[in-house]
Amino acid sequence: MSAAFMNTPSTAPAAPLHQPSPGLWMLAWRRLKHDKVGMVSLAVVIIFLLMMVGSYTGLIAKNWSKEAGVSYANPSFMAGAENLEAVRTKADPNAIKIEPVDLSDIDPLAPRYKEWAERTAKIKTTETPRAETLPFGGDKWGRDVLQKAIKGAETSIFVGLFAALFAVFIGTTLGAISGYMGGKIGDLLEWFYNVFTSIPYILLILAFAAVFASSPQLAAYKGVPMVVAILAFTGWTGIYRLIRSEYIKHASREYVKAAQAIGASNSRRMFVHILPNVSHVCLVQLSQHVVQFIKAEVILSYLGLGVPVDSVSWGTMLAEAQSELVIGKWWQLAAAGISMAILVTAFSMLTDSLRDALDPKIK
Amino acid sequence: MENLLEVKNLNVKFRLDGNQIFEAVKGISFDVPKNSTVALVGESGSGKSVSAMSIVRLLPKETAIISLDSEVNFEGHNLLRLADDKMRAIRGKDISVIFQEPMSSLNPVFTVGDQIAEVLRLHTRMTRKQAWSRAEELMNEVGIPNPKLRMNSFPHELSGGQQQRVMIAQAIACEPKLLIADEPTTALDVTIQKQILDLIANLQQRHQMSVLFITHDLAVVGEIADHVVVMQSGEIKEKATAKAIFETPQHPYTKALLSCRPSVDQRPKRLPVIADFLRPEGVNKDNLVQRKRGYEAGDQIVLEVKNLSKKFTLKDGLFKRREVVAVKDASFKLARGKTLGLVGESGSGKTTVGLTLMRLHNASSGEVLFDGVDLLKLSEKDFLKYKRRIQIVFQNPYASLNPRFTVGQILIEPMKIHSIGRDEQERTSMAMALLTRVGLPDISFYKYPHEFSGGQRQRIAIARCLTMKPDVLICDESVSALDVSVQAQVLNLLQDLQDEYQMSYIFISHDLAVVKYISDQVMVMSEGDVVEVANSDEIYLHPQHEYTRKLLGSIPKGWHASTVPTA
Repeated sequence: MSAAFMNTPSTAPAAPLHQPSPGLWMLAWRRLKHDKVGMVSLAVVIIFLLMMVGSYTGLIAKNWSKEAGVSYANPSFMAGAENLEAVRTKADPNAIKIEPVDLSDIDPLAPRYKEWAERTAKIKTTETPRAETLPFGGDKWGRDVLQKAIKGAETSIFVGLFAALFAVFIGTTLGAISGYMGGKIGDLLEWFYNVFTSIPYILLILAFAAVFASSPQLAAYKGVPMVVAILAFTGWTGIYRLIRSEYIKHASREYVKAAQAIGASNSRRMFVHILPNVSHVCLVQLSQHVVQFIKAEVILSYLGLGVPVDSVSWGTMLAEAQSELVIGKWWQLAAAGISMAILVTAFSMLTDSLRDALDPKIK
Repeated sequence: MENLLEVKNLNVKFRLDGNQIFEAVKGISFDVPKNSTVALVGESGSGKSVSAMSIVRLLPKETAIISLDSEVNFEGHNLLRLADDKMRAIRGKDISVIFQEPMSSLNPVFTVGDQIAEVLRLHTRMTRKQAWSRAEELMNEVGIPNPKLRMNSFPHELSGGQQQRVMIAQAIACEPKLLIADEPTTALDVTIQKQILDLIANLQQRHQMSVLFITHDLAVVGEIADHVVVMQSGEIKEKATAKAIFETPQHPYTKALLSCRPSVDQRPKRLPVIADFLRPEGVNKDNLVQRKRGYEAGDQIVLEVKNLSKKFTLKDGLFKRREVVAVKDASFKLARGKTLGLVGESGSGKTTVGLTLMRLHNASSGEVLFDGVDLLKLSEKDFLKYKRRIQIVFQNPYASLNPRFTVGQILIEPMKIHSIGRDEQERTSMAMALLTRVGLPDISFYKYPHEFSGGQRQRIAIARCLTMKPDVLICDESVSALDVSVQAQVLNLLQDLQDEYQMSYIFISHDLAVVKYISDQVMVMSEGDVVEVANSDEIYLHPQHEYTRKLLGSIPKGWHASTVPTA
């Protein structure tokens, strides 16, 4: 409304040439910048992402699997607390020493004992001193829970992010085809979708996990890639539905007709013209699904279908925490739970802010 | 005469993105006397709707700032200072509003009877039954046929004109003292517009109420208004009685508004635009020379359409299918450098003809001969070569440009598809040249469509078609969504381009004055049938068909209509 119509170019306000004007993304970014909650959430998410990159490249939490402390080492802030488990595993100096029975008469190997003893003396063994406390406590094997949480974040965020990316990719492609083409192809995809969603979600995940795990060809990808695949193949349905409805709406818009009139092909109309106009839906879906899949990974790992035992994720940490909690070792649960809660909350709030910033009409 | 409403020093500002402030209404004052119609006239962005909405306090609270010394006095109360609940009691009862879009102003899930009765039950002590029967009377009063049956209809079952009638019935249900009509006829066909205007004038007389009528079209106002307030960019340029405005306009802006609408009896070479009047030297006399129109012997025929038909099949029930004939046996010829006007009401099939020619719809039967080749029989691949030679400019400039593309991308895309221009650089310079040609600054190349006004966007859409240097340009209601003043500018541009490139136009519109102005030949359509085809002067002077006569009779004639009795 504010843009008054200009009759001749000469009356146009003098503007510096070639100054790119703010596109819709730029405007959305400006709106997001005004949103304090959104910016704080964005900062938190970025910190987590940096942490993930750091742990992946080995800059931090490199030694997470090192057994640095005593079993269930106390967190440093409660150093004085009793730790019965650590005591039990350590050699007890007060134990009564029993003389070994001399068997040298009947032992055929006895003459070689001395030789072996000499040989072992040559091998240097260093007993690493085990710390009594760790910054945020230790687990059963004395591994640093804080480092575990950081390494676990790497796995969880990786799974969440990539599974969400794949799911959005599948959902968007199918949704675009179904919504834009309609007709028989649309019906076919709708049927497929209906069959897919009629199976209970957890059951579907379990079925995929079982099939993937039993297939010899896929067994090589066991672990994180398989979790990503399972989540993506089961999680695309909601996105498909939304994108499909967006495409139905946009396919009849005049700008798409105009593109048809100038001779743009079907795929060009679908992906060059319409896609940028529904991309905000994809983006919001992406961030929502990251949250959902991080939680789903936790559930999968908890059920033993997730990441393998030799790696760590928030899910495996929570699974371990179950038995620890009984003996009062709460820190592993707290570390995984709190970091997950912070990330998920920040991500959800960022999603909300993104939606507001990208679609100001809703406000 | 006693005043019902007095607006004093009304000043409205809007808070924009960031901390910018936009002053939409700059301290205006006007009165609405009792039992009279006041028209508020101006272009989009002149602040006319904002003024009206601030009277009923329907502006968004978060962004609109009404300055403290503004006053809106209605029956001794300053409405701007009234408590919210008192204001709510006034709204709908003493002051009611009709909006532009009847379809989006009615709730689609309630029957129209319910919606009229609801207003009555909110503001009066009527029982459900009384309200229902009163609603029925109102439906009858606003001229809806068979009101008893129609009470149970849902909004989508009614036509646009009937929906607007329902809106009016709702508005007058509580016998308001003031009716605010915000562009109530802009979305409607000419014939319906005429009926609605008559209805409003009629109701005003009968109920002795006052009407504040908001429009961008001065011609509409002449028939119903007693007083006219002309607004431009938030200021009142002129306020006077309708007679004075039409007979002795004082302000150049008023004069400009009066003359930029094409009239049926004149055809200047270029339409005068507002800038012409605001210049000190005035309108260029050369432009007012009359232009001769019409097909002549020896015209080269570019496009010949024979017996074009289009049927749509609709699902009716579970298995049944019903055929709807949108276009029936349309035949016409289009000459090089000439314009064929296509006129008819909504649903007459005129747009379908345009879309079928471009194969945006598949024709059911018929031939479209272009250079001797039947376009309808070509394969999709072969047709691509011809696609660039027939182009279309759509009605709604807000919808026809992809909002995520810069203007540069919009213009370069068709050139890429049809391999026009050697490289990116050449295409860019061609696009820049076209922007200059359609009257937009070079900087537009880097901007996005949302930064332009409606008229400018329509120029971009025209430039996009020009990139392909088409032989035929279909203008599908291309100027209908624009303000009268902007419409004149775009029509001038189209005319200049035709003179320069010898393009042929198919000009589709429901506005007869515009079609008369721009067309050589006119084809009148009604319910899929071609009713009449003739040279444009011929059709306006000697209409052969009853339907054509009816259409011609509904053109708003400005002031003269009410003073000079029709012969």
